[in-house]
Order: sequence, then structure tokens, then C-alpha cells
Amino acid sequence: MRYDSLLDSLGNTPLVGLPRLSPQPDVRLWAKLEDRNPTGSVKDRAALYMIEQAEKDGLLTPGATILEPTSGNTGISLAMVARLRGYRLVCVMPENTSQERRDILAMWGAEVISSPAAGGSNEAVRMAKEIAAANPSWAMLYQYGNEANVRAHYETTGPELLADLPGITHFVAGLGTTGTLMGVGRYLRERVPGVAIVAAEPRYGELVYGLRNVDEGFVPELYDESVLTTRFSVSSADALRRTRELLRTEGIFAGISTGCALHAALAVAAKAAAAGQRADIAFVVADGGWKYLSTGAYGGTLEEAERRLDGQLWA
Amino acid sequence: MAIEVRIPTILRTYTGGAKSVEGSGATVGELLADIDERHPGLSDRIADGASLRRFVNVYLNDEDVRFLGGLRTPVRDGDTVTVLPAVAGG
Repeated sequence: MRYDSLLDSLGNTPLVGLPRLSPQPDVRLWAKLEDRNPTGSVKDRAALYMIEQAEKDGLLTPGATILEPTSGNTGISLAMVARLRGYRLVCVMPENTSQERRDILAMWGAEVISSPAAGGSNEAVRMAKEIAAANPSWAMLYQYGNEANVRAHYETTGPELLADLPGITHFVAGLGTTGTLMGVGRYLRERVPGVAIVAAEPRYGELVYGLRNVDEGFVPELYDESVLTTRFSVSSADALRRTRELLRTEGIFAGISTGCALHAALAVAAKAAAAGQRADIAFVVADGGWKYLSTGAYGGTLEEAERRLDGQLWA
Repeated sequence: MAIEVRIPTILRTYTGGAKSVEGSGATVGELLADIDERHPGLSDRIADGASLRRFVNVYLNDEDVRFLGGLRTPVRDGDTVTVLPAVAGG
């Protein structure tokens, strides 16, 4: 397929069946391969939409500086678009994220400010808000509250899924900014009666929840509970186990957050099979496994891998 | 048999440092009331009267109870309830 530029090739990713992991012929799992985007993750969609909206709104002029709190993939996507459009990018990223993410950000010319590991992305968000207040000329796109993030999925990911899988009964994705679930969820709910929208939320090691008190938690401004049917908390151990299972049985080399989504998708599939209901369950492969090789997720025993991953932000 | 309730680091001041405590009850709300008798003040950090606090998530066997019936969600012996503060992703 031919495109005028790299950005024009964004989206329209493959939806592939998982015949070996699907429990029975009428309960089928489908993987949306978002690693087939320009920088290798689903975040390319939101990054392009957020930058184009900011340009329309006059927030970005040539040479402008973009600031964003990110645990990695959004930063990498923004860095690529920023480089092509001539913007400077400053990312605030928790220090407990993989080395590959830092290397890739640097490669695309982004600057990284590290936030403390304890508190995870909550701390990155808090620091980025402080930095934004001190630098009023910088544009913070703020993926957690930017409607363009949701719109990217409402206008692209959702329609792609429904076109490829008109009989879709369930959509499963990781819960981070909530942009994918809100956008695809709203699109499908408007068109597919009874569709289930299922969130898979990573459950990290204890360090990541190191808040000072429970009133300092964080819920993204984009989050609308009414779009979801249910929400699962998936442990690092389950996410790792499923990531390896996907590689072993279906040949898909995905990042750890994909194992998280797959775990929830398999739970939904087992429930449908037990109830004797037909199901076509699509879930998101948010990125490939390349950026997580240094975490040791793919080698040694599961217990070793889980220990190595403890305290890391793997989604 | 009883129901295990996993407590996040920031609330372990109420459990003498214990990572999990056990309790009983027919619903999540009753379970919280039961453990509050031995760990006074804990329930109030998780729920504010009839609803869960905004930045606290409670999972019954890994499923968010907000989608199951909130504090009225039925629980049974052998279940695991996990309490976690809401954190950002992305």
C-alpha cells in the first residue's frame, strides 16, 4: 500500500484472528495490531490528533515547545510528529520506565525530565503541571484531559474495528489515559446494541501506589465510567503470563500491556463460552515487545520476570 | 473460611502494617464494616457513607466493584477483595 508520507500511513492496522487462543469456533478473539503504526504504538493516533487540534486552536506556532507527562509511548509518538512539524518536545517521565523508551525519545530529539518512581505517572502529571505553570509559553497537550485523544479513537480506531468485525460483541483495551476505551467505546455503543466495553487496568508493584494519602489519587479527566461495561485489575504476573502465551501460541510479540488486555479478553471469552453465547472479542495490541526486552519480561521463569518487573511502569 | 481484603501501603497504618486482613459479610459494605471493628477508621478511608471514595478502587476477584453493585456487591467466603488508590497510566 502506498502513502504520501509516514503520517499518512497512520492507522488502518490489521485485525488478526487468534484461532489457537479462541475457546471455540463461535467464541473468537481478534487482535488489533496497533504496533503497526509509524512509531510502533497505538499512541500515534492520539499524538497526531492532539497536535493537529492544537495547531487549529493556534496553540502551536513554528518552533513552539510541547510539554507532556508520559510513561513513554505517547512521548515517542509526539516526538515523531513534533520532529516532522518543527516543534520542540519536553517529556516528564517517571524514572521507573524502561531504558529503551528513554533511548527512543532521545533518538527523535525529545528532552526528558524524570519524575520520582514512587507515585508513578501521578507524580509525572503533578510535575508537568508545575512546569507548565512556570513556562506559560509552552503548550501542554495533556493526554489525560484532551478530547482530541478520545476523538482519534472515535474517528479512526472505532470505525476500523466495526468495518473489519461487524459482528463485534466485546471490545477490550488497556486503561491508561482512557482515550482508547472512551473513543472506541462511544463509537461502538452508538452502533452496536449490547456491545460490551471492557477495561483492563494494570496492577503494578506497591512502589507505584506510593501516594501520601488516598485523596492524592488520579482519575483522568477523560474518564466516563458510563462508557464501560466492566473493568478488570490485572496483576503483573497475569500480564506477563499472557504476553508469553500470545507469543508462544499465536506468534505475536507484544508489549506487556497487551498481556494485560489479553488476560481480560480471555476472561470474557471463557464467560461467553460457559454461557453458550456467540462472541467476537476484539482487543488492542498497544505495542510490540521491543521496548521491554531490557526488563527481562521474555526470558527466564515467570517468577524471575515478575521480580524484575516489580516497581516498573510496564504499561 | 473468610474473605481476604488486600490493603494498599498507604492504608496499612490502620492494619498495623498488615498487607491483608480477613473479614466476613454478605456484601462489600458489610465486609468493610466488619473489618472496621478490628481496624477502626479503615472503612472511612475507603468509603464515604454509601459510596466509594473517588480516588479509591475496590476489586472483587480482580473486577471493579463499581460495575458489580458498588458497596452492595455480594461477596462469599473464599473471595479476595483488593483495595487500591487510583493511579494514572499512559
